Amino acid sequence: MCDQTFLAITFGPCDNCSQNKPLMNIYLKNEPINYCSLCVELMACQGLAKGETTNTLKAESESLKAKLEEERAKLHDVELHQVAEKIDALGQFVMKTRRTLKGHGNKVLCMDWCRDKRRIVSSSQDGKVIVWDAYTTNKEHAVTMPCTWVMACAYAPSGCAVACGGLDNKCSVYPLSLDKNENLAAKKKSVAMHTNYLSSCSFTNSDMQILTSSGDGTCALWDVESGQLLQSFHGHSADVLSLDLAPSETGNTFVSGGCDKKANVWDMRSGQNVQSFETHESDINNVKYYPSGDAFATGSDDATCRLYDLRADREVAIYSKDSIIFGASSVDFSLSGRLLFAGYNDYTINVWDVLKGTRVAILFGHENRVSTVRVSPDGTAFCSGSWDNTLRVSAYLRSSGESELRNILYNTV
Amino acid sequence: MTINTLSQDGVQRQQMPCLTKMERMIISMQDPDMGIKLRNQRLLITVIPHKCSISDEEALHVGQLFVKYGYIYPLKEPRNLILKADDSSYRFQTPYYWMSTRWPASELDYAIYLAKKNIRKQGELIEYEKECYNALHKRINHTWDFVVMQAREQLRASKQRRKGDRIVLECQEQAYWLVNRPPVSPEHYKLTTLTKNTIIEHNRISLARNRVKSSICLESYVKYCEQYQPHDPIMQGCLPSNPWITDDIMFWNMNSETVALPTKLRVERWSFSFMELLNDQMGRKEFLTYLEKEFSAENLCFWQACEDVRHGETAKIPEKVDEVYKQFLAPGASRWVNIDSKTMEKTLEGLKRPHRFVLDDAQMHIYFLMKKDSYPRYLKSELYKNLLARAIVPQETKKSVFPFMRRQRHSSPSPALATQTAEDDGKAKYSNSNSGTASRL
Repeated sequence: MCDQTFLAITFGPCDNCSQNKPLMNIYLKNEPINYCSLCVELMACQGLAKGETTNTLKAESESLKAKLEEERAKLHDVELHQVAEKIDALGQFVMKTRRTLKGHGNKVLCMDWCRDKRRIVSSSQDGKVIVWDAYTTNKEHAVTMPCTWVMACAYAPSGCAVACGGLDNKCSVYPLSLDKNENLAAKKKSVAMHTNYLSSCSFTNSDMQILTSSGDGTCALWDVESGQLLQSFHGHSADVLSLDLAPSETGNTFVSGGCDKKANVWDMRSGQNVQSFETHESDINNVKYYPSGDAFATGSDDATCRLYDLRADREVAIYSKDSIIFGASSVDFSLSGRLLFAGYNDYTINVWDVLKGTRVAILFGHENRVSTVRVSPDGTAFCSGSWDNTLRVSAYLRSSGESELRNILYNTV
Repeated sequence: MTINTLSQDGVQRQQMPCLTKMERMIISMQDPDMGIKLRNQRLLITVIPHKCSISDEEALHVGQLFVKYGYIYPLKEPRNLILKADDSSYRFQTPYYWMSTRWPASELDYAIYLAKKNIRKQGELIEYEKECYNALHKRINHTWDFVVMQAREQLRASKQRRKGDRIVLECQEQAYWLVNRPPVSPEHYKLTTLTKNTIIEHNRISLARNRVKSSICLESYVKYCEQYQPHDPIMQGCLPSNPWITDDIMFWNMNSETVALPTKLRVERWSFSFMELLNDQMGRKEFLTYLEKEFSAENLCFWQACEDVRHGETAKIPEKVDEVYKQFLAPGASRWVNIDSKTMEKTLEGLKRPHRFVLDDAQMHIYFLMKKDSYPRYLKSELYKNLLARAIVPQETKKSVFPFMRRQRHSSPSPALATQTAEDDGKAKYSNSNSGTASRL
């Protein structure tokens, strides 16, 4: 049988605290004793510097955290919905799906708009990355990645390349060629290398640099031409699931959210973690900046979306409802920042009034969970990708009369 | 939700059901009557009991998983945790080390193991183990006496066992740690654990930060939303019509970069902030025209050149920085920019070792100069006011008379085409032939 030439108790009452826990084999003065790991650590720390134990370090950390919360609360003199009372409430929003893009063979995981406002790139679980002209619903390019679960894709600002990556732990850039005979995969450039899956990627202001986030807990900035690592960002203690670049004047910061429930703001030049927010109760799936760059929204597995202000250094709004039980996978703002579109794992998209904190619309239509929601660069429409293998482009239909509605009905896809 | 089933500190997330299944299989594999045949192996003077080899190909995949999760470990190449379909030897791992016991596999345990190995091999650890050892030594320094003491005690206790047992035990422990602490780059290892000290430092810095009152921040959102509402197609529609709704791309055509006369909304937007003006290509051109009249166009050109350095290829940075210096910063340069002496000194110093951000301070200075001075004057200038007056307010598209007719959706030239034709033009010039039309769509 198994190598059991000696007896070892693996589970049972600890000799020290007498709780039933997994036990460690420890020897004290040649005698075997069975302590649980906590007691072992306590015993080991008896040799600490004067006044310093792991407990005191922990206590100091906790007290600093409490002081920080106190400081943040001091300047919190009003709630967002109170400030928003004087604004008119929004009316009914009727959103209509205007295009359905079918072509992926498996779950759509990510998409991005091109700056020309009509093209999109999308990636899916089967390893395919497709570039569409969403307006005509034509597929323009298709790339097959050598891995499955392509969780990140991004369109280059010039519109001449796309970046994508996933389980291959890499981010690759494909220049888009219009030659039908040319194999796009041949010109592929491997840019980023992580030690775990790639969760999100984004070009900075040009085609030359890419920012990536990965399941290994880090974010990194890369030079596309050389594949060189320009800066890395350490601070998350679990997978980083999403990142977004700040639309600020100096263009030097970005925010990332991860499975450690934290959203961190980073300085791209120094690699420093500038600010950190930890109020979510579960993994943060998506982060997006408010158009002015002073705040950002997060969508999380705890079924809430939250708004964090960078200058006030605190959470300022929570968007949640008792009837929403499933996590939010993706969030994006409308152009003015008044509306927040959030895609959920219960197959719906909820549209929130950012200022008042209320929900103004629910959009049904997808047949599986919504994995990504992005508003187009000029704000005319938003695209949602889902695990039902389709992408839908929807726009706001101003119901100014029955005739228009009839018009639209006859023109639907 | 992440696709990782193991979180960074090795605690199982959702794996218990599959582990219990695996363990049931392992136990039945070792049944003396129905299980796999086991052989005794002679090793020099000791007899090591219970080794076996696997040859069934179908079971290979399941076997691989067993090895990966540490239920079976290879004897010949212990670091290579794969299952080979040949005669190589494997051994079952003792239940003490099974994953389902859910030991925390803490740093303390690993430190004790490495210390034991260190003592036994008299300082000859493998590269990654050495680095882990040093990292642990730094991190849990306060427990190091205990670690070394434990390592010595455990080694002494093991010496009292039979040699066969001792070798087996060492193999088991090594296999256990290979599964739970696979050799990854030590940097990754450092990254995955944040010490309490860094968290404390971070919190101290956060306490010292300047904060703004909530009321001020929240008011700014209200203002922003109000200001941009007319520009938000989802909030207020867009003129002449939303292309996605009516299949009419006039809206995009009227707002393209190369249009002769911009729309009123677009020109108004330039007055919201300096960033809005610069982000719009047409706005930038107009602003440049204005600056040329004021003889301060070099400011904008300098700013653009700095942006190019910041966001361009890393390899070209030194030559670009040099160009910028020659054109804008050198004394007597053709387009000399007016920077204060302190910034100029700092920049010139930095130019000796050019990097991506060396021009940042100068760029910031010029940016704010334009923002505070030239930009407000531009908004009050005749040039801007004229453009605003001439700007188009598109008519809302009349509803279609024939509701049954579906509009044609025309495709547009891909942005990728722009660079291709540029390339082809270049090629045509070089080859001196008239092959230009072949590549155009």
